[in-house]
Amino acid sequence: MIELSGVHKSFGAHHVIRGFAATIAKGEVVCVIGPSGSGKSTILRCINGLEGYDRGDIRVDGTRVDRDHRSIRTVRMQVAMVFQRFNLFPHRTALENVVEGPIFVKKEPRADAIRRGRALLARVGLADKERAYPGALSGGQQQRVAIARALAMQPKAILFDEPTSSLDPELVGEVLAVMRSLAEEGMTMLVVTHEMGFAKEVADRVLFLDDGVIAEEGRARDLLTNPRNPRTQDFLRRVLHPM
Amino acid sequence: MHRFLTDAIEFMPILLLGVKNTILVTLGSLVLSTVLGMLWALMRVSGIRALAALAVVLVNVIRGIPIIVQLFYIYFVLPDFGITLSALQAAIIGLGIAYSAYQSENFRAGIEAIERGQIEAAHSIGMGWTLTMRRVVLPQAIRIMLPPYGNIMIMMLKDSSQASTITVGELALQGKLIASSTFKNTTVFTLVAALYLVMSVPLMVLVSWLERRFGRK
Repeated sequence: MIELSGVHKSFGAHHVIRGFAATIAKGEVVCVIGPSGSGKSTILRCINGLEGYDRGDIRVDGTRVDRDHRSIRTVRMQVAMVFQRFNLFPHRTALENVVEGPIFVKKEPRADAIRRGRALLARVGLADKERAYPGALSGGQQQRVAIARALAMQPKAILFDEPTSSLDPELVGEVLAVMRSLAEEGMTMLVVTHEMGFAKEVADRVLFLDDGVIAEEGRARDLLTNPRNPRTQDFLRRVLHPM
Repeated sequence: MHRFLTDAIEFMPILLLGVKNTILVTLGSLVLSTVLGMLWALMRVSGIRALAALAVVLVNVIRGIPIIVQLFYIYFVLPDFGITLSALQAAIIGLGIAYSAYQSENFRAGIEAIERGQIEAAHSIGMGWTLTMRRVVLPQAIRIMLPPYGNIMIMMLKDSSQASTITVGELALQGKLIASSTFKNTTVFTLVAALYLVMSVPLMVLVSWLERRFGRK
């Protein structure tokens, strides 16, 4: 579904991604963990072309990701993205945010898009908020609207870029619950996260990214409970026991 | 006071003719400057280097030449190249072009104030440049652009008086003609000033209405 091989990316002199290679199969849930600055978000952003990459190859369902080519719009419709800071459109209601893509990008009939949009809002537990503007919603609610907006494009996969990192702790659970239900329904998901509990429970696989390369990867439970690489051990110790 | 009123009644028809031309020049050049200004601003943020550079050059050339010289150029020089315009047309085009530079800088500031994340979110649902601008960036940017836009409108109303230099019989010129033939400077120019003030009030009301209309969330 998503294949990356030998991906390199620099910001100026800063070599962020140093030969990243991974394959995400259809229906798989993969979590990417690692220290900040390790290139986790950058990899995600390269997959749907929000960033370009310098070398290597990224393919979505066989199509090469090239942000300067028109095909990027098709790739983006297939691989939706959920952002750390939600990035909802503040001038549109929750429902309008959700139906924006279907109506204006996919040119779906308005009535169909609205019907589906309402169903999606209900699915993320926000049926009663369709007329609310993002500014009137809590962070957790905004992120759930953002997930509904991503789902509205009927993507083949969803990229989550630290979806709970800017939420108050008590709001994290409601977003993770929605993500878990998506995983259970077989959605292909690539999740950059610091929520080790979620990774352990929901992910099929975990990639530990350190300094732009995968330092360790494995089945979620194995890697998180029994890391082999000393860097992974050190990272997990500090995340799980910050004191 | 009685004298002032009888004079005022006598001069008013001539001044109102000027008011009509002032309104024509202002509205015409407002529309033209808005369209051109938006064009320059969109070129500037298009991400296409040649277009952006062209917009920078255009805006700076336009900004760097006094309005009055631009008007002279369009009205007195263009006929040498076979383009003959009426004074009113020349005034609308000249002021429209001159003010497009200021409009453009205002529009660009509004567009650039929109968070990067908004554009990324638009891209992430498959929107291209045009759709991103139309559906995401501009509707949010308008709120930022409106207060300075209102200012520009009022400045344009007042600067329409520069059209008098190329013989457009707008309010200031009509006033000057009456004053120089009657020597009633106080009466005439008080009336002229009052008429400009009266015309700017609806603009101010319009701007505050627009701000409320687009400002609500």
